[in-house]
Amino acid sequence: MYLMATSSSIFSETGIILTLTLLCIPVVASALFLVNKAYRLLRLYLGKKELERINKQILGLGQDEIEALEQRKRELAFRLNFTELGSTRAVRDERGLIQTLEAPELRFIERKKKGVPRPAVPQDLSNLILWFIGSAVFWLVFGTTVGEYLGIKFSAPDLDAWSFLSFGRLRPVHTNAVFWGWASMAMLGLAHYVIPRVSNTALYSIKVGYWALGLCNLAVFSGSIALMAGINNGGGEYREYIWPIMALFGVGILLSLWNLLKTISKRTVQELYVSNWYIVSAMMFLLVIVFVAYWPTWQNGLGETIIQGYYMHQGVGMWFMLFNLGLMYYFLPQQLNKPIYSYSLGVLAFWSQILFYTLIGTHHFIFSAIPWWLQTIAIIGSVGMIIPVIAGTTNFLLTFKGAWNKLYSSYTLPFYLVGILFYFTGSFQGTAEAFRFTNLLWHFTDFTVAHSHLTMYGIITFMLWGFIYTLVPRLTGREAKQATIGAHFWFALLGLLIYTIPLMYGSTLRGLMWIENKPFLESVTLMAPYWLWRAIGGTLMWISHLLFAYNFYCMVRKKEELHRPSTPAEILDIRAKLLHLKTNHHEHVH
Amino acid sequence: MNMFTNHRILFGTSFALFAFLTLVVAIMPAITNQKNNAPLPGTADLTADQLAGKQVFIANGCVACHTQQVRNVAMDKAWGERPGIAADYARITRTDFWRNTATLMGTERTGPDLSNVGIRQGSLAWNLVHLYQPRAVVSESIMPAYPWLFELKDQVAAGEIEVSIPSKFNPTNKKIVAKKEALQLVSYLQSLKQTELPEAPSFLYAEEEQEAKPGYSIQLPDGQQLYAKNCAPCHQTNGEGLPGAFPPLKGSSVVLGDDLELFVNIIMLGYDARPEYAVMNAVGLNNKLSAAEVTAIINHERNSWGNRAKPVDAEQVKNMMDFIKKTKTP
Repeated sequence: MYLMATSSSIFSETGIILTLTLLCIPVVASALFLVNKAYRLLRLYLGKKELERINKQILGLGQDEIEALEQRKRELAFRLNFTELGSTRAVRDERGLIQTLEAPELRFIERKKKGVPRPAVPQDLSNLILWFIGSAVFWLVFGTTVGEYLGIKFSAPDLDAWSFLSFGRLRPVHTNAVFWGWASMAMLGLAHYVIPRVSNTALYSIKVGYWALGLCNLAVFSGSIALMAGINNGGGEYREYIWPIMALFGVGILLSLWNLLKTISKRTVQELYVSNWYIVSAMMFLLVIVFVAYWPTWQNGLGETIIQGYYMHQGVGMWFMLFNLGLMYYFLPQQLNKPIYSYSLGVLAFWSQILFYTLIGTHHFIFSAIPWWLQTIAIIGSVGMIIPVIAGTTNFLLTFKGAWNKLYSSYTLPFYLVGILFYFTGSFQGTAEAFRFTNLLWHFTDFTVAHSHLTMYGIITFMLWGFIYTLVPRLTGREAKQATIGAHFWFALLGLLIYTIPLMYGSTLRGLMWIENKPFLESVTLMAPYWLWRAIGGTLMWISHLLFAYNFYCMVRKKEELHRPSTPAEILDIRAKLLHLKTNHHEHVH
Repeated sequence: MNMFTNHRILFGTSFALFAFLTLVVAIMPAITNQKNNAPLPGTADLTADQLAGKQVFIANGCVACHTQQVRNVAMDKAWGERPGIAADYARITRTDFWRNTATLMGTERTGPDLSNVGIRQGSLAWNLVHLYQPRAVVSESIMPAYPWLFELKDQVAAGEIEVSIPSKFNPTNKKIVAKKEALQLVSYLQSLKQTELPEAPSFLYAEEEQEAKPGYSIQLPDGQQLYAKNCAPCHQTNGEGLPGAFPPLKGSSVVLGDDLELFVNIIMLGYDARPEYAVMNAVGLNNKLSAAEVTAIINHERNSWGNRAKPVDAEQVKNMMDFIKKTKTP
């Protein structure tokens, strides 16, 4: 194929058309969300206006109308005195049928459903999970603070001149902290809930869980310090930690895997729910990937590049994506209170994901010096990914079918839906990017950065938020304020769109400029406004993380409040306790 | 079915499938590649200084923005004479037991590709200024500054290299001296050169070359773009150069004068006649500029920034360059 790329003809390229169409999905979805929200606010506003009109009318009532109203009021005020048919004896409610109902209060923000109390989780397991998620929240805030700083550096490169904070050193600190710190630890924490739950048994060992938690945290902590000090593995993305540090993380995963497998093997249900398939496989595969990529005695020359392509993409697809899909197969049906649409589709997606995803690693090095056949296989595998992606998305969306109304009354489901939509868009976009023409246009530009945020953020992070907002109130019995959760959602979603769309647009122009062989520097000045937009979108995303951290704090903090006994049971209970204390005290004194 | 109820069979199968695919698409190709791979003749391992410079490059994460791969597509011609091949990376082995091989191919071109930067931009003076403060030489650059590779001193000792920077970027009045690490890094950058191949693979998607038809004068390319690419890093887009480092072309007697031979010689072979300025590399020869391109650059310089002089003739330039090539071909 002879390609003459000009700005007028790129819109006839399959890859471009595909990408534009796909991008429309989240944009249209968030527009619909917004319109719906605006419509509800408008109705509220119009209602208030009407009330004012009515009030005016009331003020203008004539004397005879008032008298008539007062007359009618007296008539309506007539009440039986409730002794007509009975007696004056005290009422006895022996079965506790009569209870006080609370009057609904007026609210400006629509009240969403509260979490429903679930069977209690053992306190020790609950604490372990909260420690995992708490660590994840910390690394999210840390990692994205670094990311935010890096984004600003594109517009202000002389912000600081300290080696520890220079761009090249901080960039991997950001990516690794959000990968291994935020997403991985959140996933592990959630898995420690899901696996025992679907196995209907207790976690095999809490202690091993804490060991894994400690090792993973230690890895990300020491890794970040080492990177800032200039100690790294030689530049492959997400492989910047040197192997002794990554080994800590690997051992953490190995311990967790062993712990969860032991839990599964003592399950009290016969079948293995599909979540188990995804989660356990993801952990096994991560260990394989890390072992292959980090074994310290090989990969000379281009061997390094071939393994790098394999490693970075399997890390994304076989660890983060597979794991999160497993969690989704548990949490989504559970939130919608209906079974997953099709178990078989989940199984199909599982096997086809393994088959195709494993092949696509080298699509990061198309047109490079690695063997041509390997590049072609990677492109074929990228196209094959359509199967698991469509199977997964269809399955989730059809599970929503008939339960869409729940979306508006839930504060967790919007996170799920955005995650699912981006799963479709982001993954399909990956396919489009692997075509040889789109690769010419976008490779080496910030389009890749936009894509990785659409996926790691739009898919993985949104899903994890949905799961965390679902699970944590169950463990602690406390929910965050719905207003701050809503703010978190909107800041994150709008921030992501503002971050990615200008960046993709600018990168396309930049790629065209390169194809036309314009001086490189022109393509740098071209990007300046798009880099600024990226920083603005990034700021919104970062604010949403602060809100998320606050919400998490609200969900786990121990509330010190004075509880006034109100029910008869409580009053009597307390009286008994007080009396008991008093007698004890007397005995002690005597 | 057993697979749905026996976790050993299920997880065993998925593990086996993944491990098998890993073997086929990753491990085996990687091993084949590292075994059947010999470095190109005429190349040498990095010297100790260059290797130390590469460590500085790695430690500071330069690969985050700079690739080192010339793809076999025409748009990458800007970065090298020929597409990169596996043998180009054959000398790169594991850094040490603790750290992996650093082919530094990269995935982002926020800044230029560096495969051939030793030829394109080999000047020591320029590289030092650029590392200390990129915006001193390229005002639009967003590259970080690396001041920790330099030290501020009152006196420059013998054997030390001072970096001359416009006072705007050095308010302290002290002398800026390159540390060992800066010199090593530059020597690594200078070592990045593509090895010439007798039969190099060609670029894909190339546009057909426009051959000059006999009887017509040579079609001149865009002088401004060529100037931006080859000359502006040192002499600046405004032609004013940098005091103490790179001479101005605005109002320059060489640019405006009639000694065309001297002018072509400087462009092609470099210049080191004026002690107040840094040495100029053989920009034209290194970047293989054609007669038409050199003519376009000369005419651009003679008629920009207030310069007014008669355009020169491409045929004349061609004759001079043929002479230079005959005498200077290595």
